[in-house]
Amino acid sequence: MLALVSDFGQFCMLFAFCLSAYAAGSSFLGGKLGNRRLVVTAERSVMAVCALVTLTVGTLWYQLLNSNFGLQFVAQNSNRAMPWYYKFGALWGGQEGSLVFWCWILCLFSTVAVVLNLKKNRNLMPYVVFVISLVTTFFLLVNNFVANPFDMIGVIRPGGGPATPFTPMDGRGLNPLLQYWAMVIHPPILYTGYVGFTIPFAFAIAALITRDLDEEWIRTTRRWMMVPWLFQGLGILLGAKWAYVVLGWGGYWGWDPVENASLMPWLTGTAFLHSVIMQERKGMMKVWNMVLILSTFLLCILGTFLTRSGIVSSVHAFAQSPIGPYFSSFLLLMISLSLYLLLTRLDSLKSENRLDSVVSRESSFLFNNLILLASMFAVLWGTIFPILTEYLVNEKRTVGPPFYNKVNVPIGLFLLFLTGVGPLLAWRKTSMQSLKRNFTVPTLVALATGVVFFAFGMRHFYSMMCLILCVFVMCTLIAEFHRGARARRRQGESYWEALWILTFRNTRRYGGYIVHMGMVFLFVGFAGAGFNQEAQKELAPGDSISIGSYSLTLEQVKNADNSNYAAAVGIMTVYRNGTLVDTLLPERRFYRSSEQPTTEVALRSGLKEDLYVVLAGFNPDNNKAIIHAYLNPLVSWIWMGGLVFMLGTMICLMPDKHERALHKAALPSEVEELAKV
Amino acid sequence: MEKRKIKFLIGSLVIVASIAWLGFSGFDESLAYYKTVDELKLMKGDAYDKRLRVAGNVVAGSIERLPGAVKFRLEQKGDILPVSYIGKDLLPDTFKDGAQALAEGHLTRHGEFEASKIQAKCASKYEATYNTKEGKS
Repeated sequence: MLALVSDFGQFCMLFAFCLSAYAAGSSFLGGKLGNRRLVVTAERSVMAVCALVTLTVGTLWYQLLNSNFGLQFVAQNSNRAMPWYYKFGALWGGQEGSLVFWCWILCLFSTVAVVLNLKKNRNLMPYVVFVISLVTTFFLLVNNFVANPFDMIGVIRPGGGPATPFTPMDGRGLNPLLQYWAMVIHPPILYTGYVGFTIPFAFAIAALITRDLDEEWIRTTRRWMMVPWLFQGLGILLGAKWAYVVLGWGGYWGWDPVENASLMPWLTGTAFLHSVIMQERKGMMKVWNMVLILSTFLLCILGTFLTRSGIVSSVHAFAQSPIGPYFSSFLLLMISLSLYLLLTRLDSLKSENRLDSVVSRESSFLFNNLILLASMFAVLWGTIFPILTEYLVNEKRTVGPPFYNKVNVPIGLFLLFLTGVGPLLAWRKTSMQSLKRNFTVPTLVALATGVVFFAFGMRHFYSMMCLILCVFVMCTLIAEFHRGARARRRQGESYWEALWILTFRNTRRYGGYIVHMGMVFLFVGFAGAGFNQEAQKELAPGDSISIGSYSLTLEQVKNADNSNYAAAVGIMTVYRNGTLVDTLLPERRFYRSSEQPTTEVALRSGLKEDLYVVLAGFNPDNNKAIIHAYLNPLVSWIWMGGLVFMLGTMICLMPDKHERALHKAALPSEVEELAKV
Repeated sequence: MEKRKIKFLIGSLVIVASIAWLGFSGFDESLAYYKTVDELKLMKGDAYDKRLRVAGNVVAGSIERLPGAVKFRLEQKGDILPVSYIGKDLLPDTFKDGAQALAEGHLTRHGEFEASKIQAKCASKYEATYNTKEGKS
């Protein structure tokens, strides 16, 4: 039965590949020849491919949940002792399964894009379908012929002959480091981000091919960009959370190549979401926006290539695998296609306006884009530097966190400053008067905070700058909401009612402000890193270790074994200024099937600081427990910032009153058009 | 050129130049040469005074935890390098006998490698034992 289901999955995947290739061909031809029926068949193929890939994913889950270790993928990423939700999550724990999963999300996105545009953007759709089918076909090609999750384990006998199938008694199990709740949802969310950037890319390419570069496509694209941007941002933060809680080194970001790969498209996406406003409002930066959309997608493919080909070494990277050349060829093909189309269409992308003043909304967008891109290039340079040097001088050279921090910390602070200033500058030119009106109070409050911090003995330059800027930006944001609400209150609404209506009438503006608040929270969290403390000590039961105002006593060490792992738990009582406040349970596990030890961090998290305790092991000579304790101020603000960021982006995605009005106005005319047909 | 454009140009140039300057200074600070243990042996005298990241496999049974340092040996293609880890951070969970490890630090004159940072990946033992059809893995 299991084998039959597996064969069925294999068949679905192969059929999906053929159909997808057909969709790419027929939509392109249909577009070129103006043949609507060809385009319709292509759109239906996209939906069929989606159904087939859904079945493929379903069969893979069936194999994982029923522990069919005859499949190499299942044997390597699952075992009998794992709870069902990790078996479920094992789909994205290994190379082959995660590629299928990737492809599935792409299919879901494609189908939604096709369905939503059955009546809109008809001139673009043939080429949109062409591009998404091309990308889907590529992933299905890799899945069918290079990294196939349905490959069986074969035993090759000495003396040749065909391999005979072999089913081991148990699998190797999911990497224990991945057995954590955030790891079950982090990959799907991050993939949704990565994959989702394909849709704006497809619209951009379609607009370039048809030279239909007016407002309509950019409005559609903006929303399609915001959804993956949201997921990408959340995915990055969940990854940081995982690193913080699971890896046990006390930090959440290490400028690892895989982290960098996920950050780069998010940076260009952020730049786009700002500069697109310039295009919508003023008809400026058209080429630039095009470049940003194209490069966001290309960076996604580059990131996938870097992390999956084994070309960079990283804690997350998948094992060395033969998919590298396929991805690099695909990347080259996409770069050439994008460049060719962009260069031949430059004349249709002329700017309709020009810059007037350095102190204006336009220039704040310009500088915002400039430094977001600078940050992206710094990260890109550091990430591919080892590959470049190995290729050019035949010696691998690497750069580490000091490089990234040195560049990105000042960039981050400058961005934070622009977050406060930019939205309050007027278009074209800002008068001295309005500068005074908007910024006097925030500047004074921020300076006062700075003085207080300094008086309390704070000396870390960057952290202090960061906190001062956070206060400044928060003041400007609150002032904006307050001004808006006060204006509405004159019409008889209560203050809170006014705030509510205000936000949902102008979702783009006020949603954007809420996203900015989320960023302020993030930066408060980042600033905390300047005041981290750590301590380590070997403890026998009864001994204590102190850090900051805390003192921790190891009461006893207990065993907590189960079928999945053996574990030692340290029971530690936490005293703060002499009073008992908590009991923490740092744990050290040894996973049986993978013979892999892991540390389970004990965390006491608060608004002010996190107390982070790790049981690093036992000294073999005297059997004392080795305890590392970290005091990380303000870290929880980062996770709160993530939630605020999500809320703000979701508000941004809602239609505002202008769009609702447009929609209402558009409906009757659409009906008329249909009547004519 | 118009005055307005010059202002923008100067503004952008100042930003780009300061970021580039930051980049270069941070670059020198953290530039490291990536070598495997056998490649390090070939460098001979050139290896001193350089920040290095050395890759190799942890020799089984060689890990010794001493107060203030962890000593172990890395092996690659028959060459062996004694390493002394003196960093403050915890060793990663994946660091154990047979693991692929990456030690960052410098080579001392007595031929011992002083590491301030260790990264490790677990050895893929299953991949080695299962021979798969057409050699895919």
